[in-house]
Formats: sequence, C-alpha cells, structure tokens
Amino acid sequence: MGILLLQVKLIKKGAEADIYLIPWHGKDAISKIRKVKSYRNRYLDDNIRKKRTIHEANMLSNVKKFGITTPFLYFMDPVQAEIIMEYIQGTNVKDVLSDSIAFKIGRYVAILHDNNVIHGDLTTSNFIIKDNSLFLIDFGLSFFSERIEDKAVDLRLFKEVLSSAHIDLFKEAYESFITGYSSSTKNNINKILRVVGEIEKRGRYS
Amino acid sequence: MNEVTKISETMFGLGIESTAHTFSCSIMEYDIVKRNGKIISEERSIYKAPSGSGIHPREASRHHMDKSPEILKQCLKSANLLPTKLDIISYSAGPGLGPCLRVGAVIARALSSFYCKPLIPVNHALGHVELGMMLTGCNDPLVLLVSGGHTMILAFANKRWRVFGETLDLTIGQLLDQFGRYISLSSPCGNKIEEFATNSSHDYIPLPYIVKGNDVSFSGLLTAAKSNIKKGCDIQNLCFSIQETSFAMLTEVVERALSFTQKKEVLIVGGVSANTRLQDMLTQAAERQDAKLYSCPLNYSGDNGSQIAWTALCDYQSNHRNIEIENSFINQSWRLDSVDVNWRF
Ligand SMILES: Nc1ncnc2c1ncn2[C@@H]1O[C@H](COP(=O)(O)OP(=O)(O)OP(=O)(O)O)[C@@H](O)[C@H]1O
Repeated sequence: MGILLLQVKLIKKGAEADIYLIPWHGKDAISKIRKVKSYRNRYLDDNIRKKRTIHEANMLSNVKKFGITTPFLYFMDPVQAEIIMEYIQGTNVKDVLSDSIAFKIGRYVAILHDNNVIHGDLTTSNFIIKDNSLFLIDFGLSFFSERIEDKAVDLRLFKEVLSSAHIDLFKEAYESFITGYSSSTKNNINKILRVVGEIEKRGRYS
Repeated sequence: MNEVTKISETMFGLGIESTAHTFSCSIMEYDIVKRNGKIISEERSIYKAPSGSGIHPREASRHHMDKSPEILKQCLKSANLLPTKLDIISYSAGPGLGPCLRVGAVIARALSSFYCKPLIPVNHALGHVELGMMLTGCNDPLVLLVSGGHTMILAFANKRWRVFGETLDLTIGQLLDQFGRYISLSSPCGNKIEEFATNSSHDYIPLPYIVKGNDVSFSGLLTAAKSNIKKGCDIQNLCFSIQETSFAMLTEVVERALSFTQKKEVLIVGGVSANTRLQDMLTQAAERQDAKLYSCPLNYSGDNGSQIAWTALCDYQSNHRNIEIENSFINQSWRLDSVDVNWRF
C-alpha cells in the first residue's frame, strides 16, 4: 500500500466526496470516497454515506442497459463509502455547456425517466464530455420512481442550475434541454412542466 | 414633484419594514464618498401571536398600525432629525404578507407626498442580503438566507442575486415554528427549540433527511417529528434531532453550492442565522471548502428597518430612480432574482 499511496492523487474535493486518481490493475481509475462529515450527527452521517454509495454503485451499472453512458464500476465498499470506477479523461460540461449539449442532456434525462430512474442531482458538473460521448456521473441521490412529481423535481433542478450558474445561456439552453427531453420521452412533457411550475411556487410567499 | 437631491457628502434615508411579525423604522446615513453606511437610529415592535397559534396577517397588520406612530416618532427623535432633512423614504414592498406590507406602504406614501421626498420600494429579501454584506464587510459571498419567509442559497451574477438552491416546500423558519406551535410554544419558536436542543441528552432520533440536488424539503421531517411527539418521544431530544437533521441538510446544500461556485466567502442572514448550532455546522463545511463564514450580527439577523433603508440608499445612489405615488406597489411574492442590483458588478 505504501508505494501505491505515492501514486494516489487528490484531484477534486467535491461537496460530498474526495475524488482520487489511483492506479488500478495497470490503468488509471477514480476512487470516490464519501468522507465523514464532522458537522453531521454520526449516526445520520454513517447512514447517508453508506446508502448513497450503494445507490451510486448500483445505478452506475444499471442505467447502462438503457443506453446511458457512465463510467464502469470496478469496486464498491459500503463501509468505507468508497467507489472505484473508470477514469473519464474528458471535459466537465459545467465549463463547456452549449445548446447542443443541453439537448443531449435532455434526451438522457428523458431516457432515465421513461425507465423510472430519477437522477436526483442533475447539475452540469455531473456530466463529462469525452470524444463526443456524454458521460453521466454522481448517482448518489438517484432512486426509482414513477411519480410525475419526482421527474418534475429533476427537471426543476436542472432549470435552477441553468438560471443561476449559466445565466448567460439560460434561455436557449433550457429550451434545447426541453426539446431534447420531448423528442425522446413517451411521457407527456406538458404535464411534467405544469408540475415544475407548481413546485416553483412552493416554498415562497404566495 | 420631488425635491432635487442636494449635492452633499452624505444622504439620509428612512426605511420602513412591515413584512410579517416586525414593524420597524430606521434612519441611516450613507457616505457617498466612502460608499458605506451608518445606522443612526432604529426602532422595532414585534407582534407576538398567542402561544400555540401562528401569525395571523390581519392581527399582525393591526399591531403594525397601532404601533407605527410611536415607532416612527421615536426613530426620528433618537436620530435627532427632522423629516425635512431626509433624502429618501423607503418601504418593504414584498415578498410578505399583504395586510402587513400595506401598512408600511401607506405610511411611506404619506410621508413621501407630504414632505416631497423620493419614494423607493425595496425587496425585503434583498434587504437581508445587502445589510448583511455591509455589516460584515464581505465582498463576494455565497449567501444562505434562512428565515420564516425564506430558505435560499444565493450568489451574485450578471446584475442579480441568483438562486442556487432553495426549499421545495416549507422554509426552515416554518419548520421550526410549526413544530414549536405543535408543542405549544409561542412563535417565533427558534430560540426555545435551540435551548431545548442544547439542554437535551443529545440522543438522536432518526428523522427524514431530504436533499434533492441543491434543494431541500422539510415537510416530511415536520410530519415525522409530530408523529414522534404522539408516540411520546422526549421533546428535548426531538428538538435536538430536528436541528441536527434540518441544519445538516442546509449545510450540505451550502457545501454543494460552495464546491460548485468556488466562492471563498459564505454569509448567513435571516432570523435563523442567530442559531449557534447552524453557525457551527456551516463553519465546518466552509473550512473544508477553504471558505470563510460571515454571520450577520445577531441584532440585525431578524427583520429590521435598516435592511430597507440601506438597500434603498444604495439603489437610489446608483440610479437616482424613484417611483411616483400612484405607481408605488406591494408584491406579496416579489422574487429576489427579478430585481436588478445596479450597484454591484
Ligand atoms: N469517473 C470519473 N472520471 C473523471 N472525473 C470524475 C469521475 N468522477 C468524478 N469526477 C470529477 O470529480 C467531480 C466530483 O465528482 P462527483 O460529482 O461524483 O462527487 P461529489 O462529491 O458528489 O461532487 P459534487 O460536488 O458535484 O456533489 C466531478 O465533477 C468530476 O469533475
């Protein structure tokens, strides 16, 4: 382990996890470790880290059969809250968002939703572009649901990210995202968008 | 019809706040050269709902009407300033409770037309943020606004405060108040719940922890907490567990937004920012993301007239725009991210 440690490189302190680049059977790999959150009650924290690690590992592999591109899962340890997966040496969509990428994201989300998978954390930083392929990561908050409400929350989150972090592109990117979604879904997009509108009104004075 | 603003180094502004529980007047001085401000005087009166019941908009507005002459008079008196010396009159125009907002607006309109002073409507949430920044001296923060009316994560971009995360249902203030009233406390209940939590044996009772991306949801937590009361759980430990769960949810979404935006400052404002456990959690999360936590001074975390006076002064100084009486409005659901902030870049 001593020699290995030297080759372990912390590449990102995410909100939830530390992301390391590590050697794995002769290849580069990503080790994602959900570290103990000192601010969170220990019992609560253990539960959350374990649950999310398991969800993420399962869903990474699960969604491949619907045609969603994700990193390959190599290893999972729920107790340490660690996942080892394929390293995607690409560009984070947060830095290169465009209308055409938003369209592709819309199609991805529609496919997930038609298979009753809710991603739960649809931010632009959870998409990576590599050689024209779009990779979706970070499934820790994902779950299965048929409910329109849950699908609407997914769409609303992406809208919130566009209208805050990508305000310059907001209008066009959101339109492309919705167009992409509509083009692929069997669901009634207008019904979902109506619920998005309802959710936006909650939590504020009305 | 408005007096031409005099050319001088300072301006005086009156701010009137009447969004919800609080009726408050403040007079602030704005230093045009240094671009900073000073609170000259501030008076408040807070409507107290009977224990076990929530704020009734009409009752609260009656309270505001009753108290307003005295509060206004006292505010002018402690400032030792005649109304004629004021440069602008401002009021909280929303978001908030209609009947309450109307009281402040009516008084502001009357003063503005009688003394021929420019009238400035202010967004209440913007007031929390702007006063918090002035008082703490931070520059480019990620803001957590936590109060009875709001639970939002904000950062400034392209002329406006943008919403990076918020609650999908109840605000944190509503969660604490509605639970507090359920156990017969009188609202606002945040203080008492914090006291119970501190004095508890710190035994955690599991409650739903619901984070959806950058957003939180508290309604399931409230329902579960109430049903634990029915089951006879210890009230103090339940208060402890509500705080541990809800504040950790907020801290997690703040850390997410920090990691995403790479901001180096976090500012908490709003009534709930007074809670020391919340501050403690946020300090730890900020540290991990190499950011520094600023919290609004206790005395100004809740609703106050200075947040209105200060924001109006900044606004008026930046564009010299005011509104005519006949166009003066209130808007109960005025969105913060629809307001242009011309004095920030
Ligand atoms: N398999 C991978 N290949 C390449 N880079 C990755 C991979 N997984 C994660 N990353 C990088 O690390 C960052 C954080 O990863 P991830 O979103 O899984 O962690 P997190 O802690 O949940 O982050 P967040 O701050 O988004 O909540 C990603 O935005 C991405 O840049």
